[in-house]
Amino acid sequence: MQTDRRNHMIGQWRKEASAYVFVAPYAALFAVFIAIPVLAAFLLSFTFFDSIQPPQFNGLLNYIVLLTQDDIFMRYVLPNTIQFAVLVGPGGYALAFLLAWMLAQLPRLPRAIFALILYSPSMTGGVAMAVVWQTLFSGDQNGYLNSFLLSLNLIQAPIQWLQSPEYLMTIMIIVTLWSSMGVGFLAMLAGMLDINPELYEAGALDGISSRWQEIIYITIPSMKPQMLFGAVMAIVGAFQAGTIGVALSGSNPTPRYAGQLIVNHIEDYGFLRYEMGYAAAVSVVLLLMVLLFNRLANKLFRED
Amino acid sequence: MRRKRWFSYSLRDSGMNPRGFHPSQLKFYLVLAPLAAFMLLPIVFIFSHAFKPPEELFAYPPRFFVVRPTLKNFTDLFARISTSEVPVSRYLFNSVMVTLLTVLASVVVGSTAAFALSKKRFRLKQTLFAINTVALMFVPVAVTIPRFLIIQQLGLLNTFWVHILPALAMPVGLFLLKQFMDALPNEIIEAAQIDGATDWQIYWHIIVPLTRPALATIAILAFQASWNNVDTSAMYINDENLKTFAFYLSTLTSTTAGANLVAGQGMAAAASLIVFVPNLIIFILLQSQVMSTMSHSGLK
Repeated sequence: MQTDRRNHMIGQWRKEASAYVFVAPYAALFAVFIAIPVLAAFLLSFTFFDSIQPPQFNGLLNYIVLLTQDDIFMRYVLPNTIQFAVLVGPGGYALAFLLAWMLAQLPRLPRAIFALILYSPSMTGGVAMAVVWQTLFSGDQNGYLNSFLLSLNLIQAPIQWLQSPEYLMTIMIIVTLWSSMGVGFLAMLAGMLDINPELYEAGALDGISSRWQEIIYITIPSMKPQMLFGAVMAIVGAFQAGTIGVALSGSNPTPRYAGQLIVNHIEDYGFLRYEMGYAAAVSVVLLLMVLLFNRLANKLFRED
Repeated sequence: MRRKRWFSYSLRDSGMNPRGFHPSQLKFYLVLAPLAAFMLLPIVFIFSHAFKPPEELFAYPPRFFVVRPTLKNFTDLFARISTSEVPVSRYLFNSVMVTLLTVLASVVVGSTAAFALSKKRFRLKQTLFAINTVALMFVPVAVTIPRFLIIQQLGLLNTFWVHILPALAMPVGLFLLKQFMDALPNEIIEAAQIDGATDWQIYWHIIVPLTRPALATIAILAFQASWNNVDTSAMYINDENLKTFAFYLSTLTSTTAGANLVAGQGMAAAASLIVFVPNLIIFILLQSQVMSTMSHSGLK
């Protein structure tokens, strides 16, 4: 009996062995570069660690300091991050949906051309494009935007766009929205095109009269999976884009913390001050924020 | 046969996925055309700026479009030796090698794993896919510090491989591949098994040819992640000989020494064009494949 069972187990394992061989490389890389870093961030967040001495356990101290004493985090980083993430995440998502919806109602060729144009900014991402933005938003009268506005007499003197706390955040949001029609946008477009046209005809017979009703009752419910995928991509994109402020202004911290996002705060503490335990605690907060947003998206679009 | 008159439109031309033009589409063109033009501006600017001679780069008032195009910025760029005596061609070579290997390896690693997760039966299957789906929302910048420590521990700092290895496990890539493979009928694979094909043969002769669109999509995603990557060179590499072109581009203007900023302008413009154009070409070539993959992208 016992040996029978063992033989069975071994046989089963043999049968499965090749499957494990196929997943192994991905699983190993995933573990080393994604899973373990997340776990390590979690563990380090309970320690004091300056990267020279081994980490020392200090309980919840990092979190307590973050919530009660980190003035910059509470006054600038958190509000900035929320403002940025809400406008770029849900804002960019709504924009992507709307654009996809319009594109879906055009014939094939113009649709492909517009899709390419809208998607192309997302190809290079924010940081590699920073050079272009620095030229366009250059602070002297030679800057393209300044010169344009000066010539229209809309401003009297050149504005230091990227160095002035009043404008940096707005520019960051515009630039990020500009490059946010990425994979999620394409997924939503594809999902929309795959909806069975008979559904719309049936809807018309059932008394759907306006375009708006059509979106709410037919389009969105028929592409929930793509809606969710798009939402996840939008959320990740919004938080991932956090380094744009530093790339634009050329300094961390950004001028008067105007463009300081949680990602910059992590780098500030981790790589500039070498308070890695504290930085890890900030990372955990960031991961929790992403998780929270995703739960929200799941609530909205998950099919059960 | 009656000739179709220009004002006769079929019902299929209005609504979703129309075949032809319909007056109801005009309002969309009216919104999309200006928006597209606006979004295209920075890209047009890259092209125009890269070919400007010095007097146009610093002209006052600045002009958006180039008047007398020249290749001077490109020749300057390639004639220049960086401050640490590394020729620009070296950065470009590094970028090409890194990107090529990353694209190839991530397609292989992703598609083999997706094959197992989609078509094989084993105990950890559901768990692994669930973990990967959670990891879709992974934000790499959040864990830069532990990642740095791990890369340090593995002795990967300052090596060529640090460009490639961390980029290979792409949760979005695996997800898209697996969803695409799920749509392939199991009968083909069962038939091959009856004929005595091994798993490798099935993977190579059936799965790979049938999942081309998804593989192309992963290739694009890996390409973009790798070719445009600045962070790896900035954080993990000290040896100037191992840094990439996108990183070099970011240094051309970020050196806050004023004089350098002026000299760097033209070269930076040329370099951004060199970074941008391959992205564009690859996407144009593969865009229909991407769209057919995206049909399977739903998160259920």
